[in-house]
Amino acid sequence: MHYDVPSGERGVSIEMNAKTTAENTGPAIQFQDVTYSLNGSVPRTIVSDIRFSVASGQTLVLLGRSGSGKTTLLKLINSLLIPTAGQVIVRGRATTDWDPIRLRRGIGYVIQDAGLFPHFTVAQNIALVPSLEKWDAARTAARVDELLSLVGLEPAEYRSRRPHELSGGQRQRVGVARALAVDPPILLMDEPFGALDPVTRAELQREFSALARRLGKTIVFVTHDLREALLLASRIILLESGRIIVDATPQEFPRIDHPEVTAFTACLAPLPGASA
Amino acid sequence: MTPWTFFLEHRAEILEATADHLTLVVIAMAFAVAVGVPLGMLIVHRPALRKLALGLASIFQTIPSLALFGFLIPIPFIGGIGRRTAIVALVLYALLPILRNTYVGLTGIDPAVLEAAEAMGMTESQILWRVRLPLARAVILAGIRTATIITIGVATIAAAIGAGGLGTFIFRGVAMVSDAVILAGAIPAALLAIAADLLLGLLERRLKIS
Repeated sequence: MHYDVPSGERGVSIEMNAKTTAENTGPAIQFQDVTYSLNGSVPRTIVSDIRFSVASGQTLVLLGRSGSGKTTLLKLINSLLIPTAGQVIVRGRATTDWDPIRLRRGIGYVIQDAGLFPHFTVAQNIALVPSLEKWDAARTAARVDELLSLVGLEPAEYRSRRPHELSGGQRQRVGVARALAVDPPILLMDEPFGALDPVTRAELQREFSALARRLGKTIVFVTHDLREALLLASRIILLESGRIIVDATPQEFPRIDHPEVTAFTACLAPLPGASA
Repeated sequence: MTPWTFFLEHRAEILEATADHLTLVVIAMAFAVAVGVPLGMLIVHRPALRKLALGLASIFQTIPSLALFGFLIPIPFIGGIGRRTAIVALVLYALLPILRNTYVGLTGIDPAVLEAAEAMGMTESQILWRVRLPLARAVILAGIRTATIITIGVATIAAAIGAGGLGTFIFRGVAMVSDAVILAGAIPAALLAIAADLLLGLLERRLKIS
């Protein structure tokens, strides 16, 4: 009896140590045999048996055609969706054990149409999460200016504009700044450059790639554009019909012998007439 | 007797009836907004209540106004002859446009904006007060504008149950078969409706967010 109590205590403390270590050096995000299905009149499985982990500081690109389940995986990370089976571990804890509000405030989120609040100025948009976290005005204002400069917008010129007074590329820059506001360790991006014209897109991709390397955040990036994936990724996961079919580095990826990989690499073919 | 001479001779009486009419409309609208807008906010996340509230409000709207006034007379506390009954009926009429526009305004927001709000860790009530309401205000005001115009029109019928207002002249004119007397009630009522429409329309454009 006497020995049981201390050994129990030790067990707890070891477990806690393990947990702290997992949060510091273990994977930032981990999918453990995750399945997600819709319970409509006809139940439909969107993603199944998903198993992968993302190391801290890694940029993981989820690549796939429309409807392959990329966005669903992203939404499972910040608890916008709850797994039907299995669990998603974020920073050492299952998403179902997190308070969803706390979880989401620690994860930046950037979407295709930016989703800026049209009734807010650029500064108010960027300051949203800081305001929810009750930062004081001076700290918030300084952070807004810092972030505007970071994403290449002159603070004095842009901070009091409204979203409708910005171009698509500028809106997306503000979207990135807003996602970075409270310096979250994880960034989720859902085709953030998908709606931009090709020239602006290339420009933002290059800048973001440099920014991502500098910030050292864990990034999960959804796209259907292989060129973008090869530029940004430290690792690429290719999805087809809700399943992972390839998990590779950008160097390995183009050489993998799989029809879906070939279908994607075929899109990288040189311009018509360029080879002549 | 031309309408013009009748109008000049009875201008004090007409002015008083117009003031009564306006009072009736303002009181009814205050109640309708106080009930309709919060109810519209409440039904955003409650589908069962939504069906019930929108269904009931639609039913009130389909009852002919004269019949609605008649139905309310025998009901204790809210019924009887006079202004109180009229106000209850007017509130029931004004409810549907306000309720429906509040609901449509709050739910018809760009899904990307709502998704971003949720993903950034806003609570449901923060999304309602800081995102949905500010973005819906122009649509909600459009509902209030429609309701006001309906109420100004329906309030003329309220004279039939002794609530006063510009309808007094219209009913009297019908009984006397006098166009001049009918117009003494109908023209100010029409002008009131046009003025309300213009003023609220102006406000609505100012609230609209590009």
